[in-house]
Amino acid sequence: MKRTGLLSFLIIFIGIVFIARLFYLQILNNSYNSPLLNNSAVKVMYDYPERGYIFDRNGVLMVANQLSYDVMVIPREVKPLDTVSFCALLKITKEEFKEKIARASRYSTRIPSTFLAQVSKDDYASLQEILYKFKGFYIQKRSLREYPNNSAANVLGYISEVNDAMISNKSNYHLGELIGTAGVEKTYEKILRGVKGVKFIQRDRFNREIGPFKNGIYDTLPISGHDLTLTIDAVLQQYGEALMANKRGGIVAIEPATGEILAMVSTPTYDPNLMVGRDRSKNFTKFYLDSINLPLLDRGLQAQYPPGSPFKVISALVALQENVITPESSIQCFGGYKYGSGKGAYMRCHCETNGSPVALNKAIYRSCNSYFATAYRKVIEKFPTPTEGLNVWSKHAKSFGLGNYLDNDLSVGQKGSIPDGNLYNKIYPNGRWRSTATISNAIGQGEVLTTPIQLVNMTAAIANEGFYYTPHIAKKIKGKTLDKKFTTPIYTTIDKKYFKPVIEGLFDVFENPRGTARGSIVEGIQICGKTGTSENPHGQDHSIFIAFAPKDNPKIAIAVFVENGYWGSRWAGPIATLMIEKYLNRETSRPLLEERMFEGSIQEEYDKQLKEILKVEK
Amino acid sequence: MRSRKDNIFHGIDWILVLFYFVFIFLGWINIYAATIINDNQSELLNFSTEYGKQLIWIGLSIPIILLILMFEAKFYEKYASIIYGSSLLLLAGLFILGKNINGSTSWYAIGSFSFQPSEIAKAATALAIAKLVSDKQFNLKKLSAQAQALLLLFFPAVLIIMQPDPGSALVYTAFIFVLYREGLPFYYITIGFIASFLFVITLLLGYPVTLISTSILFVCILLFFIFYRLKAFKKGWIKITGIYLISLMFIFSVDFVFNHVFEQHHRDRFNIILGKTVDTKGIGYNTNQSVTTIASGGFFGKGFLQGERTQGNFVPEQQTDYIFTTIGEEWGFIGSGLVIVLFVAFFLRIINRAEQQKSNFSRIYGYSIVAIFFIHFVINLGMVIGLVPTIGIPLPFFSYGGSSLWGFTILLFIFIRLDANKTYEW
Repeated sequence: MKRTGLLSFLIIFIGIVFIARLFYLQILNNSYNSPLLNNSAVKVMYDYPERGYIFDRNGVLMVANQLSYDVMVIPREVKPLDTVSFCALLKITKEEFKEKIARASRYSTRIPSTFLAQVSKDDYASLQEILYKFKGFYIQKRSLREYPNNSAANVLGYISEVNDAMISNKSNYHLGELIGTAGVEKTYEKILRGVKGVKFIQRDRFNREIGPFKNGIYDTLPISGHDLTLTIDAVLQQYGEALMANKRGGIVAIEPATGEILAMVSTPTYDPNLMVGRDRSKNFTKFYLDSINLPLLDRGLQAQYPPGSPFKVISALVALQENVITPESSIQCFGGYKYGSGKGAYMRCHCETNGSPVALNKAIYRSCNSYFATAYRKVIEKFPTPTEGLNVWSKHAKSFGLGNYLDNDLSVGQKGSIPDGNLYNKIYPNGRWRSTATISNAIGQGEVLTTPIQLVNMTAAIANEGFYYTPHIAKKIKGKTLDKKFTTPIYTTIDKKYFKPVIEGLFDVFENPRGTARGSIVEGIQICGKTGTSENPHGQDHSIFIAFAPKDNPKIAIAVFVENGYWGSRWAGPIATLMIEKYLNRETSRPLLEERMFEGSIQEEYDKQLKEILKVEK
Repeated sequence: MRSRKDNIFHGIDWILVLFYFVFIFLGWINIYAATIINDNQSELLNFSTEYGKQLIWIGLSIPIILLILMFEAKFYEKYASIIYGSSLLLLAGLFILGKNINGSTSWYAIGSFSFQPSEIAKAATALAIAKLVSDKQFNLKKLSAQAQALLLLFFPAVLIIMQPDPGSALVYTAFIFVLYREGLPFYYITIGFIASFLFVITLLLGYPVTLISTSILFVCILLFFIFYRLKAFKKGWIKITGIYLISLMFIFSVDFVFNHVFEQHHRDRFNIILGKTVDTKGIGYNTNQSVTTIASGGFFGKGFLQGERTQGNFVPEQQTDYIFTTIGEEWGFIGSGLVIVLFVAFFLRIINRAEQQKSNFSRIYGYSIVAIFFIHFVINLGMVIGLVPTIGIPLPFFSYGGSSLWGFTILLFIFIRLDANKTYEW
């Protein structure tokens, strides 16, 4: 019966082959099982939500939206067309046309991508009438950012088209869509963006749309982005920007009782409206490549300077905490401090006290280097080895939020630097270093670096007598409570009682007839502050000022940094006090001083430096 | 006795009938899914739609079944030659009265109704072969008998090729299994396999490579025999050399036929399956779409009427030759695998019943129909899942179309009628 078996055998064999093939196709070979998006039977249309508005703390609109029109393309639906008239219509060159088509095709031939972004309203009107002739192209409405008061570019940031890397990282972004890439737009992207709506449309094999896919059960409506209220005071921000005109530097002001950032100025800056629309990429490139003015650098957050004299306050507080001085202990200063036997071991001092006893109060308002160097040395030498001493000192300084990232809701930041024993062990590998080698730290020079925001945070901690809230920029997010880390106070390692005498000293900086900021005194406001002049190897000293006011119930703490501004009371002091006055009184009483700040320019100094740099390079 | 004879359902194999209705039912719901597209009216009896029409064809197959069952089994054996002759006439008549649809004159059109005689010719040829071979004097070992059988297959096949509908003609090669079962020497099957093997190899590698490798193989075999089986070599070298020379001629002719006799679209279809051409838009569109559609079903499928590729009409001819893609997409591996299992079981059941026939005629007829069903199954599903070049023949009982449905119904129910008589003494 051998003959009867052949056909049965073949039937079973073929059956197994077919099932194996189906198994391969339907189960093993997943490449065919593509999601809806890659499915040629389904067309995807996005409905873009309106991005959330951004307001300042008083409800002033800072960022709004305007309508824009994007020309979209689905490459595989494009039919041969009259490129000359098409390019003329869109005002692009033929090369651009080719490049754009190639770019869209590379992304996907089926999924729509942006062919030409942000066509103006006038172009839109004429396009709309003719575009139907060009198959595969259509217009999509989208909202665009608008900045009504032309300020706070560094705070607000900007949005830009997602790049290829972002697309592959974030599956819910597609070619041509916008994403916040700097500032608040970046940190609060999720809240501002909203959720785009999706419509799936069933197509047949001729690519004709034949109705909603599965009666629209997968379709979603767009959800508008949430509005965001910032802690920024738009008026103060704009005022700060005006004061800093023609000067490089940064101002950061915060409310000590909450850690809310009231103003964050960085100059040179740019008009945020330049980062919108079709000229965006041109402008961006211009700013990006400007290595002299660095307009994209947020100096309030990213520029690290030696803090100079304001840092002496920390030296004093650490010495008080470590019980090596009392507010009453005094020294004598004869124009300098000799800390070693060598000839160079001498720190000059400009306190001009001429040997009269200098206690804490006078040391602060006269900014006496000798006093703080002595106090610093006492702290370090309290411990058996300088490494231990410096580590304790470093721990105290860092508890003011210095020397590390603040971990807040700003998109950029810098660590700054607070040295500890390990750093010097590395610099002097044989371990043979003493407190005197690091003496410059006492007066905010040496290895100490801070950013303006760290400095103002330190000021707030002093104003609060021992604690601070992490400085943050968001005040209210619709429907969402603020992150807990912004509402929990962070305590410094200095006891509250030691702040009183220090604050008195800071008050005398203005009140004492010999105070270093006597010239910036403001009628009716009790300001505590400290001037600073930080040495700088490249040119003139930086002008620095920290302050808070009013003394008994601090409403604002501020740090001002003016690059190459000679000395603290020349630029930074007046700017800081004008800002305080503006914030507390909403108006200023010193029109002449104000005028001088508005008009004052350090451009000459900057040009001189640039020339020297160019000379060196030659 | 008389009363049993009056009952036309007496002795019927209900399992085969059940298979038939299951296939018809599954076929229809998938035709429904494939053709309903966006007609929001879902009345089943909308006769302007294809699923509505198919329902009519299914309805009309009931009287056909009853008519077949009404005739005595003897009738089919007795009139096999006449049925065969008339079907040849019908085929020949196409050249005068036929209507040209899609490039081939395979249809009689009467009003809006059209009819394809090649579907009937399958059953007629099966009957004729059964009648011829079942003769006790007939011995397939003899060359004359082989020639007679071949001739019987030759007429309908050639008439169908001339329509031209080479796909349908291919069905007649299935009879080689029937003839083998009834005594045709095995080397016919061997030759068939070797020929198809050489055919594919030649197309895939080109004839020079095939020629050289065949020659090397030949030399190796000769050397083997010279050194180890010298006796056998002396006896058989003529045979071996003869086979070698015939292979050479065959390889040459394959190349010639492929490049000079085949038309471009035939060549394209082969090249796509052999992977020599990658084309998903033009000539390879059907295969690519059908494979993609089936694959997109995954394990469980997308569910009835949920296949977006089916609903989007991505596969051309989906309700006819490509009906299996609907099953693949909407019912997934589970559903399409089940259909294959059902077919295999159905074939084995027919073979099982055929082997139990007392009458040679019934057995041979049974074998003929299982061979016909099987070759449809192999070619159609092979094409749909991308294993066989595109050859347009329907999947039995599933594909849309009245003629093919009725043709397969007639094939099956004549056997059911013959089978019902196996215990019946007359």
